[in-house]
Formats: sequence, structure tokens, C-alpha cells
Amino acid sequence: MTLRIATFATAAILGLAVAQPASAQTLREITTRGQLVCGVSQGLAGFSNPDAQGRWTGLDVDVCRAIAAAIFDDPTKVRFVPLSSANRFTALQSREVDLLARNSTWTLSRDTQLGLDFTGINYYDGQAFMARRSLRLSSALELGGASVCIQTGTTTELNAADFFRANNLRFEPVVFATADETIKAYDSGRCDVFTTDASGLYAERLKLSAPNDHMVLPEIISKEPLGPVVRHGDNQFADLVRWVHFAMVTAEEIGVTQANVAAKAAEMRNAEVRRRNPDLARFVGADGTFGEMLGVTNDWAVRIIRHVGNYGESFERNVGERTPLGIRRGLNNLWTKGGLQYSPPIR
Amino acid sequence: MTLVDQAARVGQAPPKVAFLNNPKVRGIFWQALLLVFVVFIVWGAASNAYENLRAQNIASGFGFLDNQANFALSQSLIPYTETNSYGRAFIVGLLNTLLVAIIGIAAASVIGFFVGLARLAKNVLVRQLATWYVEFIRNVPLVLQLVFWYTAVLQPLPNPRDSIALFGGEVFLNNRGVVMPKPIFADAAIWLVAAFAAALVIGFIVKRWSAQRQAATGQTFPVGWTTLGLLIALPTIAFYALGQPISFEHPQLGRFNLSGGLRIIPEFVALLLGLVLYTAAFIGEIVRAGIQAVHRGQTEAASALGLRSGHTTRFVVIPQALRVIIPPLTSQFLNLTKNSTLAVAIGYPDLFLVTNTINNQTGQAIETVGMIMATYLFLSLLTSGFMNWYNQRVALVER
Amino acid sequence: MSDVSVRTPAVAWVRTEQAPVLAAPSTLVGPIAWVRTNLLGSIPSTVLTLVCAWLLFLLIPPMWKFLVTSATYTGAERTACLPNPGMCYPYLADNFQFFMYGFYPVIERWRPNFALILGMIGVVGALWPDFRYRGQFALYFLLVFPIIAFVLLYGGALGLAVVPTDQWGGVIVTLVVAVTGIVFSLPLGIALALGRRSKLPVVKFFSITFIEFWRGVPLVTVLFMASVMLPLFVPQAYSPDKLLRALVAVALFASAYMAEVVRGGLQAIPKGQTEGAQALGMPYWQTTAFIILPQALKLVIPGIVNTFIGLFKDTSLVFIVGLVDFLKAVDMSLVNPVWATPWTRYSGYFFASLFYFLCCWGMSLYSRNMEERLATGHKR
Repeated sequence: MTLRIATFATAAILGLAVAQPASAQTLREITTRGQLVCGVSQGLAGFSNPDAQGRWTGLDVDVCRAIAAAIFDDPTKVRFVPLSSANRFTALQSREVDLLARNSTWTLSRDTQLGLDFTGINYYDGQAFMARRSLRLSSALELGGASVCIQTGTTTELNAADFFRANNLRFEPVVFATADETIKAYDSGRCDVFTTDASGLYAERLKLSAPNDHMVLPEIISKEPLGPVVRHGDNQFADLVRWVHFAMVTAEEIGVTQANVAAKAAEMRNAEVRRRNPDLARFVGADGTFGEMLGVTNDWAVRIIRHVGNYGESFERNVGERTPLGIRRGLNNLWTKGGLQYSPPIR
Repeated sequence: MTLVDQAARVGQAPPKVAFLNNPKVRGIFWQALLLVFVVFIVWGAASNAYENLRAQNIASGFGFLDNQANFALSQSLIPYTETNSYGRAFIVGLLNTLLVAIIGIAAASVIGFFVGLARLAKNVLVRQLATWYVEFIRNVPLVLQLVFWYTAVLQPLPNPRDSIALFGGEVFLNNRGVVMPKPIFADAAIWLVAAFAAALVIGFIVKRWSAQRQAATGQTFPVGWTTLGLLIALPTIAFYALGQPISFEHPQLGRFNLSGGLRIIPEFVALLLGLVLYTAAFIGEIVRAGIQAVHRGQTEAASALGLRSGHTTRFVVIPQALRVIIPPLTSQFLNLTKNSTLAVAIGYPDLFLVTNTINNQTGQAIETVGMIMATYLFLSLLTSGFMNWYNQRVALVER
Repeated sequence: MSDVSVRTPAVAWVRTEQAPVLAAPSTLVGPIAWVRTNLLGSIPSTVLTLVCAWLLFLLIPPMWKFLVTSATYTGAERTACLPNPGMCYPYLADNFQFFMYGFYPVIERWRPNFALILGMIGVVGALWPDFRYRGQFALYFLLVFPIIAFVLLYGGALGLAVVPTDQWGGVIVTLVVAVTGIVFSLPLGIALALGRRSKLPVVKFFSITFIEFWRGVPLVTVLFMASVMLPLFVPQAYSPDKLLRALVAVALFASAYMAEVVRGGLQAIPKGQTEGAQALGMPYWQTTAFIILPQALKLVIPGIVNTFIGLFKDTSLVFIVGLVDFLKAVDMSLVNPVWATPWTRYSGYFFASLFYFLCCWGMSLYSRNMEERLATGHKR
């Protein structure tokens, strides 16, 4: 068709990137390209946000860096593409990005209807309400007649409407395009309550003039399991993304950290040590060919931990209690410590 | 011989030119080429869109408008809840846009007129202030100004419990907006509208009579005051004669908000402020240019005829300035309407914000974008049409 | 009587020298008089002066407080700015590079800088009044510079590494969108303006439809359309680049406004010019290109600059298609928890306002200057 040629020619003349037609396996594409292309948010503190030098940091960003480390042994071989909530899934479908690590909620309809697969959960979240202490609220059920500041265009808006309708309460929604505008309006008293995912509440609290005058209400009104998303049908790449996260969780379980991973890997050269620590031996690639099964080298897990750290380290570095966000592990602690993060065995 | 030839040619067709050089043929050729090109582009885009939609399993059509919207809106001129349809949400958004556009256009014209006068004022402080106002407003993106006004409106206002009471506790001012008693109309209230219409008609008749009398005898009659009196008196008489068919619902302080009553939300006020002050700066420049375009001799001639300064402005300067002012003014009115889409930045539920939400939830991109573009195009054409008609009325009738 | 030295004794005293010049009364000249005539000329004028003084009193002290007395000047992260409800200057200093270049790789940042210098040379040369090679510089800016700038920014030739457009950001994107808008909208606008005045009905119809359509819809919806609808209108395999989407939308939108500006210029050229050219036997295209357009375009330079100012301000809306322009970069820096305070947003937005104001104000000063020059040229 001539128009196709014309379109292609226009794009070629302008020399701008044109997505290639669907064909090759994602992992092979990434290796030939020499770079992972990762879709991230347009800025969500602690999860994916650019710092003052334009470098991306955050919990979701670490997922991308870990995959790049596993493939290339170099966490900088990632190109980050900021995506809005409206165009994130289209970007993945049209092969603009290899995967999404963009605080996307795993739901049945998204998993089945969009031609996408969620590979796991790297953060357990839920929608919550923040209100002023001076209102002396003890539950979200007392919010009848309140004004609620919400960010538009996400499941947040619908969750809030569902919650109030299910509990037969009236409310006044005040919706904004960005989280920043929403929190500003709440801070200036336009609303009684501010609602978003609990992780977001921690990030936005930093922008309040008096953070201690505000409290988070106990109700979590929705389940928001957030995780990386890949295209449906490329199971090899989906497996890799899934197990990169599991490797980070396993490392925390068996006590492998960024600091000690090199030493532990070196110890495994000794057959006796190997015999006494079978889990660790398999993890560092001294026993079995688990890396090759995933399509990368056998020291894949060592590379991840060396460059990015284990899940706990990544969490503490980006959103943990010593960061300005100060989020407690809670549901995201290891299953052995009362949380939900659990890795199937690497064997 | 040549003379005869020339004489014979008068009234005949011009000399024959080669077929390819014939301007008519060339014109038809280029136009046909353009037509084919445009049709090709449109057909190509349409067929691609059809294929893409089929490939992505997106159902096209406007059926989704009947589905339940599930989202709530903070301001609606007609009754609306989240159980209403997407179609109704769209209408709510449209009415919100119209509300801000109509009030905005009226206010921007008035303020812009005064800004124009202030730019020409003799008082240096006034003139400089107006100049800097115009410079600053015109050179900063509107979206930043809207954010500023939103903060400026919200910051000084108290929370609902400490509302500022105005007009003897009838109207409340707080950071949720202005809350006032809401009129509830009984059936008989229709007669009040009739009384108002009657007053308007009588005022019009008086005006015609007065104009005729002035033409005949030179005596003037205070038409404005008479009409104003009628407009107040007739509905008031009707109101009491009908046994007060309007009652008021007073706002009640609840746990969080004042419930009931009629509320003007702060987003609306901020959007209106931002749009009006932005557009007024542009209108001010148009008015200034229009007034400067009226020749000085006109004013001098008017005073030579003994017209008072007020009359000179009203009957000599303004009518002539209007002819220069109206065409660019139309563009400013259109700009104000179009700029109201930036309401999305401060959360005023205008047409664009509502349609954006509908699109996010239904994925019906073609339909929603088509609807929103068609609506703005229609509003623009309507405004231009009206302003062109008005322009023809004030235009100079030459020969 | 001819002897001037004769004194008449009957007159008691005659001044023979010039009296010392007294200063004019303070009610007529000097600061007091200036205040009296300019500020307190009449009762309404006095009232207006008081109102204006009150407005200034409302505006200036809080501004001063925000910008100077309550501001934070040094610090490395949010805790420095948190206690002071004013400008957070270290936040601006820390993020300045991000505002300018976005995600553009640090080691390649000399390329946009170099492109900017080349562009400035073109602009200054083309707009310098009475400069001999103005035309050449304008042609360079409109034809040669875009290609050089593209190669510099995108790379992929001359040994320059490729920097994909999604890594561009900040002021780079703002300038790219604005400059591309003007470079493409000018020829397109001229074509549309000629089409609108054409005698061929089909050409005229399409031109009017095109112009009125783009002028009738808000830019926000055009960009929205570019981001959600444009991908549907091209074959599925080719998803157009986000920057390309924004550039197409902005260029089409701006060309409609440009067409109206150029039309104004065309209408101002007397019919005699066309008739004269035709009498010399020049065909339509020659008449247009060598007689009409050079005169008409010179007349509408202020209009073109004004359109450009509008375009420059409107680039702040391209975030809708997912681009990180200057304003969006400021928005994104607000997310960074290192600097998150209640005042960060005001600091960022104040800086953004100042940036847009200085750029646009500079351009409008130039356009007004040109307007005055052109006006005197016509007065004779």
C-alpha cells in the first residue's frame, strides 16, 4: 500500500524511531540491541523518579536494572521511557518498550484482555485515605458528606466511588490531573480527605506543610498488587522477569547482600562448603545450570545482587524507613517475617 | 486590413491558446489533483483506522454513551450522580464549559475595556500598572497562571466550620466555595418569567416611542431608568400577587461541609479569574488600538459641536472604535472558550476533563475525541457567526 | 535719542542687568508638580492612584518576602528548605541541568548547546534590522539549520551516537517543538493563505476548511487527538514517535494561525502590484514569489513573531502526548523525594514563569520595535 510506504518514508526521512513489526523473541531483541527498554511512570517518588541529573531511581527502576544486570552484567544498559497511565499498555503492546515496571495493578481483566502478562508482585499496595487529625476520625465510614481529593484517570477514582456507594455515603469528588495538584489542593484545605495508594500517601505527605497534623485512616479500600508487565506469548522473557524478582527475594531469605555476594560466590568454589549450603550453591550458579534455563549465564543471580542488591536492600534504599518516604515493610516483608514476599525455590 | 481585423475581433472569443496553456484547463487539472490527494489521504486514514480497530478488538460506535458512568463530578448544572450514563456526564461537562465561557466572555470584555482605557490614562501610576499587567499576563503560559489563581483563591479562605458569614448569615464563604440559599421554584413561578418578559417588551416599546419623539420634537426621555424600574417593579408585584412562589433552601453545617444550598466551587472561581484576567489583557490591547485608531479630529469636531465629553465618548469615539475592535475581539472570545480546556489543571469538571475521564474508562478514543472536537468546532462557528452578524451591524455603510 | 547712555533722572530706578533667574514655582515643575499633574490631577485620578498604591502594597511585600527574606539560599536536600516558607534556590540549582536537558545523556550535552549557538546565529542574523544578509540568514535558519540541528541532536551520522527522542527533555524539547512549529508552519501557512485567496473553488474550499477547522478547536484536544487517534490512522506496524506526533500536531495547528497572519499581509498589498507584474508578462507563480510575497512577508514580521510567542507558550501543553518539555521537567522534579517540600512547587513554577516571561517578553519587545520601524516607513 502506497500510504504505508509514504508513512514509512516520512518517518525514515525524519529519522525517528519506528516500532518494528512483531516477530523476534524479546530476549534476543534485547541482546542484539544491547539495551533493555523499560516503561516507567512519569514520576512516582520512590518507585520511579528521575533525580536532578536525569538518572532514574526507585523500586520499579531497580527491577529494570536487575534484568539488565542479569542479561548484560551492566545495570546501566537500560533506557527508561516515561509513560502516562493512559498510554502505558499501548506502549507495551506496540513493542515501544520491552516491559513495564510502572506500579500497575494486577487485575483479571488487564491480564486477559490486553494481551499482557503480569509476572509477579514486587509491591503489595492498597488504596487508603489521609485526613486531618483535627477532624478526629477513627474510620473511613465516618466520611459521609466529605470532600475528597482524587487523581483522575486511574482505578483510584472508581474505587473511591465504589466505596462510598457501597457504604451508602455521599461525597464530593474533586479530581485533578496529577498527584502534585491533588495534594496541594488537599493541603490548602479544599478537601477533607486525600485518597490514593498507600505508597503514594507516604510520598505525597512530604509535600504537606505540617505532615504530623495528618493521619492515614485504617481502612484499605482496595487491593493493589503492583508488578512488572510483559507481552503475552513470549514466555521465555516472562520467566526471566519473574525469576529476577524471585532471585532478589531469595537472596534476602538466605542472607546474600550486595556487600557479601562476591565473598559468598568465592566460597562456593570449595566443594565442602557447597555441600553444606545447597541453596546458596544453586543461587550463585555453582551447582546446576539455572541461568542457562532462563536464557542467561549461570551467575545471573550474583550479577543481580552485585549491581542492585537483594529485595530488602532495594526496598530500604528507595522507600524504606531511612528514606524521606519512610515506608515500613509491612505486607512487603518476607513471609518468614510476617509479610507476603515469598519466592518459589530455585532448583 | 488590420483595422478591419481588429474591428472584427471585438466581441469575439480571445485568441485560441494551446490546450495545455489554457488557464481553465490548468485550473481544473490542479484542482482535480488536489481532490484526489485529499480523498486518498482521508480514505487511507479511515481504512487504517478500521483495520487497527478490528485488530485491537475495539468496538466502535456510540453505544457506550448509555453505560453507567461510575464517576462523580463536583459541579453539575443538571441533576447528576455516578449512576447516570456517560452521555449525561458529557452534557454536564458541556454545560460547565458553557457557563465558564459565557460569564468569562462578558467579564473579560468589561475588564478588558477598562484595561484599554487605563493604558491611555493620564495618571502615570495607572498607566504603568496597566502596562505591566498586560506585559506580564501576555507572556506567561495560562496554565501557570491558573495554578497561581487556584492557590491564591484557596489559601486565604477558612475551612467550613469557620466560614465567613455574609449578608446576615445567608451566604457563607469558605475554602469549599461560596454557599448561598438555593431558590426552589413553585409552579406559579412561571408567571414571574412572564412578568419579566412583559417588562422587557414594554421597555422596548418605550424606547421606540422615545426615539420617534426625539426625532420629532428634540425632547429626550429617560428610557434606561424607565426600563430598569419596570424590570424590578413588574416581577416584584407578580411575586407578591402570586403569594411568594419562590422559597429558599438554606445551607446546613454538617460534619465536614455545608450541605444543601447553592454552591460556587473554588475551581470555578479560579478558572474564571485566570481566564478573564488573561483574556482581558489581550482585549485591553485591542481596545487601546481601537481608540487610538479614531482620529483626533473626530473628538475635536464633537466638542466644537458642543457635545459633552461623556456624549463624545459614547456617540462619536466608541461607535467608530468598535469597527476596529470587533473582528479581533471575536478571536479573543474564541480563545477564551478554547482555553477553558486548561481547567484540567485545577480540577474544574469542564467538557475536556469529563471527556478525558470517559476516554480513560471506555477506551473509545475515536468517538470521544470526535465528540469533543465537533463540540468545540460548533461552539467556535456559533460564536464567529454571531460576532460576524454583529460586526455587519456596526460596520460603516459605504456607498 | 540715539545716545543710550543718557539716563533720565525722572525715573528713580531702572534695571540695567538681567534679573537672576528664579526656579519655576514648585507647583509647575519638579517632583511635587509631577505628582500633582500625573497622580493627583483630579478627584477620580487621585482615587485611582490610591487604588493602584493599595494594589502594589498587596503585591510587593509578599513577593519580596517569598523571593528574598523567607527564601533558602544554601542546602543539599529538603530539610534545608522545609523551615522557610519561600523560594528554595538550592532546589533550582540542583535541578537546573534536568530542566535544561531532561534525560539527554550527560556526556552528549555539548550537542544541544552547539545546536543552540548555531540556531541563535541564524535567528540574530535573520532578525537584525537593516542587516545586509538578512535573507541569506533567514534561508539558513529555515532550510539548513533544521537539518544540522537534527543531526546534532539525534545523531546517527558523522560518528555521533544516536540519542533517541524519548531521551530528549526540558528546554531542548520546548525549543525543538517551537522551532519546528515555526519552520513548518510558515511555508504551510503561506500556501494556505494563497489557497484561501485563490480563484480555484476547490483549492479555496479546502484551504478555508483546513484553516477554520484548526482555528476552531483547542490545542489541548489536537494534542490529545495526536496521542490517542494518530496511531490508529497509520498502519499498525508503524507507531509514530511521540515527538513526531507532537510536532505534526503543533505544525498543523500553528500553520492555520500563520495562514491568517500572512493573509493580512497579502491583503495589504495594493492590486496595482499584481497588475503591474502581469503587465510585464509574469506568470502567477513568479508574480507571487518575486513581487507579492516579499512585500507581504515584510509587513507581517510582527504578526509572525506574535504567533511564535503564542506557539512558544503553547509548547507547555505537549506533555499531553507524553513528552517531557521544560514545564513537565519542572513537574517531574517535584516528585523527587530529595526536594519534596510544600514550597518546592512554588519555587519551580516561579522559575518556569520567569523563564517563559523573559523569552516571550524579549520577542514581543522585538516585534514592537519592528512595528514602529515599519510604521515610519509607510508614513514617509
